[in-house]
Amino acid sequence: MNQLLASSDPLFAHGVTGVVLLIVLIKVLIGFAVIMGSVTIMIWFERKAISDMQSRIGPQRWGPFGLFQTLADGLKLIAKEDLVPAEADRFVFKLAPYLVLVPAFITFALVPLGGTMHIAGHTVMLQVANPPMGILLMLAMSGVSVYGVMLAGWSSGSKYPLLSSVRASAQMISYEAALGMTVVTIILATGSLSTHNIVAAQAGGVWHWNIIRLGIVPFVVFLIAITAELNRPPFDVVEAESELVGGFNTEYSSIRFGIFYLAEFMNTITMSAIIVTLFLGGPAGWVPNVPHLRWVFPILWFVAKVTFFCFSYIWFRASLPRFRYDQVMDLGWKRLIPLSLGWMLIVAGFLIAPAWGFLMASLVLLAWIVLTRAFELGQGREGGTRDAVLPTVGERPIPGRVIRRFTDGEQS
Amino acid sequence: MAKLFDFFGGFKLTLAHIGRPTVTNSYPKVKRPKQPRQHGRHVLNRYEDGMEKCIGCELCAGVCPANCIYVRGLDNPPDHPVSPGERYGYVYEINYLRCIHCDLCVEACPTQAITESKMFEFSFSNRSDAIYTKSELLVDDQGFPQRLPWEDWREGEAAMTGGWMRATSPAGDASFEGVVQWTADLGEGIRAPEAGQSENRDDEATGSKQLRTVFSRHLNPEDVPLDQRGLQGLVSSVKSKLPHRRGDKS
Repeated sequence: MNQLLASSDPLFAHGVTGVVLLIVLIKVLIGFAVIMGSVTIMIWFERKAISDMQSRIGPQRWGPFGLFQTLADGLKLIAKEDLVPAEADRFVFKLAPYLVLVPAFITFALVPLGGTMHIAGHTVMLQVANPPMGILLMLAMSGVSVYGVMLAGWSSGSKYPLLSSVRASAQMISYEAALGMTVVTIILATGSLSTHNIVAAQAGGVWHWNIIRLGIVPFVVFLIAITAELNRPPFDVVEAESELVGGFNTEYSSIRFGIFYLAEFMNTITMSAIIVTLFLGGPAGWVPNVPHLRWVFPILWFVAKVTFFCFSYIWFRASLPRFRYDQVMDLGWKRLIPLSLGWMLIVAGFLIAPAWGFLMASLVLLAWIVLTRAFELGQGREGGTRDAVLPTVGERPIPGRVIRRFTDGEQS
Repeated sequence: MAKLFDFFGGFKLTLAHIGRPTVTNSYPKVKRPKQPRQHGRHVLNRYEDGMEKCIGCELCAGVCPANCIYVRGLDNPPDHPVSPGERYGYVYEINYLRCIHCDLCVEACPTQAITESKMFEFSFSNRSDAIYTKSELLVDDQGFPQRLPWEDWREGEAAMTGGWMRATSPAGDASFEGVVQWTADLGEGIRAPEAGQSENRDDEATGSKQLRTVFSRHLNPEDVPLDQRGLQGLVSSVKSKLPHRRGDKS
């Protein structure tokens, strides 16, 4: 048992003593404080940045530049009436927010925030935990948080949250596959599941970072898929205000709603941190030779990279309109999954030998051509306009056309 | 390929907006300058000698579409007349729960006794406060509207309340532009004619500003008027901030 622990974390090399337990406890507390503090700042930052992009002012009343706005909102939410709808499944309704919140914490625990430190003769990693299954736990937790969203919508006993939860589960399943496939690419290149080893494998300059080493494609696929996982714009069909009132959390009020809100932003930070860990070398970066302060610079690099991705999520939200639901499905199933699968095969081939790589690349190219033709024929089957080998099934009910059928009595 | 980069045009636009000035004012702290003809709560004006302009003719009450004005006239007492005419407004009440600020009363008034100030920021916690009586509507001894405790008066807002809704150019007749068509106000004297299209107008005295000048800070760089750009614009904006509002009660 001790050996298993020590193999993943050098802190347990001398057995589990009181000091070690204290260090672990302190790490957990610091991790909790860091994520909670950064979430309050993130909410403020998002509101401020998006209002700048929309020529507004944003929060400004509480504290300097409105920094305490999140605290004020939290206090307000706590003070509000906690309402459980009469039709709700009470136990599940109350459980659901925690199913969203806890995975966000656990995922953040996996992220290496910096290098290692030496405290009281122990080697301490600057990450809360480094389990051997590492990145698989991240995938599992993002799966669990879907349960939170889905059960929240289902247990509300209301139709719009239910629709939203159905959308959430479908969307998560679609993008989880592409997400998993890119993670597999990284695991193949690294040869380890633990986040610490993934970061260690990227040490030694920008050219070793996975974003460049694996080609830009896995990074782009991962970024898109993770945006969809997070239900952030432009993939926020789950909480599309114009279609679903407020989405799965429509019936929630008071601090339960606050927990959903908190978890959403916590997930944004956590997933930015995961991207940085997987593709941008985590805390890797140039470290000046300053005595006693060398451990600070990796943390600063990490924070800078995470901030960049948090900002880019806000930027997406300000720039991109929401996808239609069928477009979300199209992008997930027809583009991202084949792309990530094909790229994984190519990377796997090159890891064995260049000859295998080129063989894989040509096979993937062939598959790409076949798939493109298949999609084309499928489209023809839908529209009935192009050469259809299969009998046409009629067009997809695009909302505008359905409405026109009602208003104009147009025959289709 | 060009189409691919078009996709990023939206990102470029949102990023460019970060640097642009915001159009929002932090309202209760900062107020936008009000237009010279803003319709606010009414005032009852007085002549320069202190006599009331209202003659109790009830034309305002008759024309009011919301039925919010109640007037009763009375013969002037011969030993201490209130207005220069035969009769004066003995009771004058406006119910601001009903008033729609259409200014038809101002148009109807033959003596410019009732005009509108620019004050619209008033609210009451009591229905009886909503009915302004003559003692509240009448201008004070300096000729300025009374500042009631539930009204939010700021610097410069009390100016220019009399003689405004008498349009400079009645029925669009350009020959009346720039011609004074109103009587003197208490404290203010005869007001300069309002800005029209004619040359003989006094923008300085009336406080009229072109909208383009007022909002030049919020325009795209290419839409800013020439005299508001660059160094010249800096000088003129500093000039406009200097205290020059005459007739303002500090």
